[in-house]
Amino acid sequence: MSQQKPQTVQTTGHVWDEDLQEYNNPLPSWWLMGFYATVVMSLIYWMIYPAWPVGKHFTTGFGTVTYVNDKGVEKSPHWSTRAQLMKDMNEAEKLQKPYFDKVAATSFEQISKDPELTSFVNSAGKAIFSDNCAPCHQSGGQGKVGYFPNLADDDWLYGGSHDKIQETIAKGRNGYMPAFKEVLSSEQLDNLAHYVASLSGEKADAARVRAGDALFHGDAAACYYCHDNSGKGRQVIGSANLTDKIWLWADVPAQDSAEDKVAAIRQVIANGLNRGVMPAWETRLKPEQIKLLTAYVHALGGGAK
Amino acid sequence: MFNFKHEWIEKNVGLMLIATMVAISIGGLVEIAPLFFIKETVEKVDGVRPYTPLESRGRDIYVREGCYLCHSQMIRPFRDEALRYGHYSLSAESRYDHPFQWGSKRTGPDLARVGMKYSNDWHVQHLIDPKSMVPPSVMPRYPWLLTTALDYSDVAERLKALRQVGVPYSLTQGEYDRNVKDFGADVARTLHIPDAQKNLIAQAQAGNFDGDRSNVSEMDALVAYLQVLGTMVDFSKYDNDEFVKFR
Ligand code: HEC
Ligand code: HEC
Ligand code: HEC
Repeated sequence: MSQQKPQTVQTTGHVWDEDLQEYNNPLPSWWLMGFYATVVMSLIYWMIYPAWPVGKHFTTGFGTVTYVNDKGVEKSPHWSTRAQLMKDMNEAEKLQKPYFDKVAATSFEQISKDPELTSFVNSAGKAIFSDNCAPCHQSGGQGKVGYFPNLADDDWLYGGSHDKIQETIAKGRNGYMPAFKEVLSSEQLDNLAHYVASLSGEKADAARVRAGDALFHGDAAACYYCHDNSGKGRQVIGSANLTDKIWLWADVPAQDSAEDKVAAIRQVIANGLNRGVMPAWETRLKPEQIKLLTAYVHALGGGAK
Repeated sequence: MFNFKHEWIEKNVGLMLIATMVAISIGGLVEIAPLFFIKETVEKVDGVRPYTPLESRGRDIYVREGCYLCHSQMIRPFRDEALRYGHYSLSAESRYDHPFQWGSKRTGPDLARVGMKYSNDWHVQHLIDPKSMVPPSVMPRYPWLLTTALDYSDVAERLKALRQVGVPYSLTQGEYDRNVKDFGADVARTLHIPDAQKNLIAQAQAGNFDGDRSNVSEMDALVAYLQVLGTMVDFSKYDNDEFVKFR
């Protein structure tokens, strides 16, 4: 080194490899002051917040948090993240309360007429829907053929009135149809599939349609018992309307040929259905959230009266 | 007089190693050790039980597939988490987890309360091909779970290992009777190690988690596990600030 520093700075006193030494510079005073400040800060922190374990307990600190629990009791325990959460939730609830109270006190018909409430339902409803419902019913409520019904159309398995939608969300649903492959012959299944196809105007063999019609309304297959004589289904049990062009389980629209359409229907009749599980949400969501969702889902597409 | 020289440590690797370990372990001792003695650490709450043999094997698969690399199982007491995931996780809820699956990475959502949120059918389709259920998903596909038969030949041995570290699976009549007292007869039966295989098959048959009753697949076990996550404690029985007093 050509530019040796003048020997004003102390060295640590070690010497390595004959002449290698280490300066012992004092810490800059601004840095040292900062360090002492953090020490003082920690003392203050220990006094305010829970800090040191003592035997089977710990020092809880002087800081308190005041909140109101769901029984309406006000409490002020020592500071903890759990108490702080109660307080944060209290504050959020206070902000949302005027809206939720209004939603709770307002009839569904009135909600849809009030622009302020409608926009609250749309924004808050969308958030709850995205977290809980979209993984199944998809983000726009359009559903998925073969799995989850479309909520954005005006076709309802269980009914599209506000009351029915609310009941569906709170209690859940599980559509059940027995498998017919063991009870009916292959010929009978074919005939029924042709008949069901004809109900919604798909191409079908006329002779088979007649035979299927008899089976549908006879007691051997007893389809009419659940799907009604008209084939339009019964909303109390969520049996599908077979006379419209909307399919949930038999993916008829995706098939190109008339044979494939009939085969898709036949497959459902043969194997039955028990996969339509709509979970119950009353344990997971609050009643006011369910009411909000009901209004949101009803408005998604064609809700019914 | 004793004249301490920093040089001793700097020039002695062995001493340096020991001194470093002592310095580092102070932090651990001060922060972790007291939790074993503070009585509020594990909350008093009803309903938490060890996993059934099938759920326990499902948990093994969860660990094997590294689901914890993208999913936490720890809902923290923050407002945004409470709104999205529900009640914060209690220590008591992972008291029988060895090791716990709290995790620290959330590429996907927290799973601590995913139980009963979706149907079995959804889980099966989602694990086979997540994009088919959630189009923008970046979760990998796990199609082999459905086609691989679950190896449950050693399930009793696995439960014995957990019993060694304190999970109350029963081997003797005495332990069984204690479980009946602690968890009720229905749960106690599922915790009896001599019946582990029988119970595992029975639960898979009855639950039909993968939609195929003819065999027990890895999918059966994993979905059985996912469906029980976060469902053991019935929070409606408690005030919403019940667990504040434990912190
Ligand atoms: C695990 C998947 C899943 C989730 C999550 C889910 N649903 Fe459903 N939902 C279904 C299935 C499946 C059906 C059809 C049930 C049947 O076929 O019996 C259904 C039916 C419905 C219906 C009745 C549709 C009709 O035509 O009558 C409504 C309304 C509904 N869901 C709303 C919701 C809302 C709101 C949420 C979120 C809180 C939600 N669903 C979450 C699977 C799900
Ligand atoms: C026990 C009552 C019951 C009986 C009997 C019954 N069904 Fe069903 N069926 C249902 C229900 C409920 C659904 C809707 C299931 C769901 O959505 O989860 C359904 C759905 C269907 C579907 C699918 C509709 C779609 O949207 O994809 C077809 C096709 C069908 N039934 C035809 C028949 C035929 C043909 C028979 C007689 C052989 C029959 N069903 C007998 C209850 C029944
Ligand atoms: C590469 C990261 C990654 C891995 C590994 C991963 N996941 Fe996921 N997971 C995600 C993402 C992202 C989502 C959100 C999108 C979706 O629902 O697919 C998700 C969603 C989920 C959900 C739905 C949660 C909810 O509340 O909607 C479940 C259940 C789940 N994963 C289970 C698993 C299981 C079981 C495994 C291991 C077999 C696993 N995941 C592995 C990234 C991952």
